[in-house]
Amino acid sequence: MSFAQVLAWLADPAHWRGASGVPVRVAQHLCYTALAVGIASLIALPAGLLVGHTARGGIVLVGLANAMRALPTLGLLAFVFLVADSQVVSALAALVVLAVPPMLAGSYVGVCSVPPETRDAARGMGMTSMQQLWQVELPGAMPLLLGGVRSAVLQVVATTTVAAYVGLGGLGRLVLDGLNSADYPQMVAGALLTAVLAVALDVLLAGLAGLVLPAGVRLAARAPREIGG
Amino acid sequence: MLDDLIRYLSSPANQAKVVQLLGTHLVLALLPLLMGLVVAIPLGWLAQRVRWLRAAVLGSATVVYTVPALALFVVMPSVLGTRILDAANVVVALALYTVALLLRPVVDALDAVASSVMSAATAMGYHPLRRFLAVELPMSIPLLAGGVRVASASNISLASVGALIGTGGLGQLFTEGFQSHYLAPIVVGMVLIGLLALAVDVLLVGLRRLATPWVAS
Repeated sequence: MSFAQVLAWLADPAHWRGASGVPVRVAQHLCYTALAVGIASLIALPAGLLVGHTARGGIVLVGLANAMRALPTLGLLAFVFLVADSQVVSALAALVVLAVPPMLAGSYVGVCSVPPETRDAARGMGMTSMQQLWQVELPGAMPLLLGGVRSAVLQVVATTTVAAYVGLGGLGRLVLDGLNSADYPQMVAGALLTAVLAVALDVLLAGLAGLVLPAGVRLAARAPREIGG
Repeated sequence: MLDDLIRYLSSPANQAKVVQLLGTHLVLALLPLLMGLVVAIPLGWLAQRVRWLRAAVLGSATVVYTVPALALFVVMPSVLGTRILDAANVVVALALYTVALLLRPVVDALDAVASSVMSAATAMGYHPLRRFLAVELPMSIPLLAGGVRVASASNISLASVGALIGTGGLGQLFTEGFQSHYLAPIVVGMVLIGLLALAVDVLLVGLRRLATPWVAS
């Protein structure tokens, strides 16, 4: 087996057409990723922001996030599949559990990173608790929060390959089908495409993060880095 | 559910298998941790000293971590010349992840050593290598230990993916349970992986305290 065979597999137009072609697999892969990260963000971001804002339950939150990190994805996938008897539910549950911890940590640590004098100033200006959260803490938490989202997306894209294990599509199909039929070039092509997709998404998200970041926070984030060299 | 678990665990054949898989899992997860540490420390040292290397090394570490575990396992044979189902694929792949995870903590930890301490060591006549081994490395253990704990948890969890390519370890309980629609081995596997991660973590914290008696707590 050589790398040329992998390139030959990728160059074969037959592998890019139809319901099991590369574009369809990539679309499925992105669809599972978006769903999992979307559901996880609905759980993780409000929880992280709230715990950071109230400064209560931080230790429990960090412990919970670490415990979730220790859950092996493959085991969770098999477990939920046997209990719920659903391909989509099991794959999404395993991926959501993967995506929650980095976003939980990012939003919580992000709120904690807002300097106390900034909070005090907000309070002194007469802001209500909710105004503080939305207008001061959330923008201040943005750099770390977006970092958490990025690492969640990265991990989910890389791990969505296991969705194929319960019979779903995505790029994992190429890897697992290749493994089962000893079609090594197809297996490596699937692996390569997943890695390329992950890197491409990460670059895209890094660019988006730059656009979403509030102008004031961008300035503040840049200043210490320049001083630190 | 509980009856199932008790029935599964009371079979001597299952007990023997679980113990054997636990042993394999330990090797699959911890050997790469050691290998990664041995590579990451000198590489991080170089990266911390050479300006252009720093960005290159830390950047490629990020890229390595984006490669899916299953993908890395199956690409290894074409790089190493091993057989597709060889356990060495998993060990080397996890060692790569370990290096990727540890490089940033190594560089950060070396950065954090106070320059006054370095100047004092230099003034006392320590040449660079001895200064690194006797002063910088011990001083960076507290920060480095955090990175090692993350890497050990990550390895213990990722090693279970090796079962998909048939390298044994506790992940095999997942694939077997999945194929035979049997929950008990899956639950046993998840609990054991959790306990293993916890035990290794406690051990690492203990080692860190032993190695840094000057740090409070």
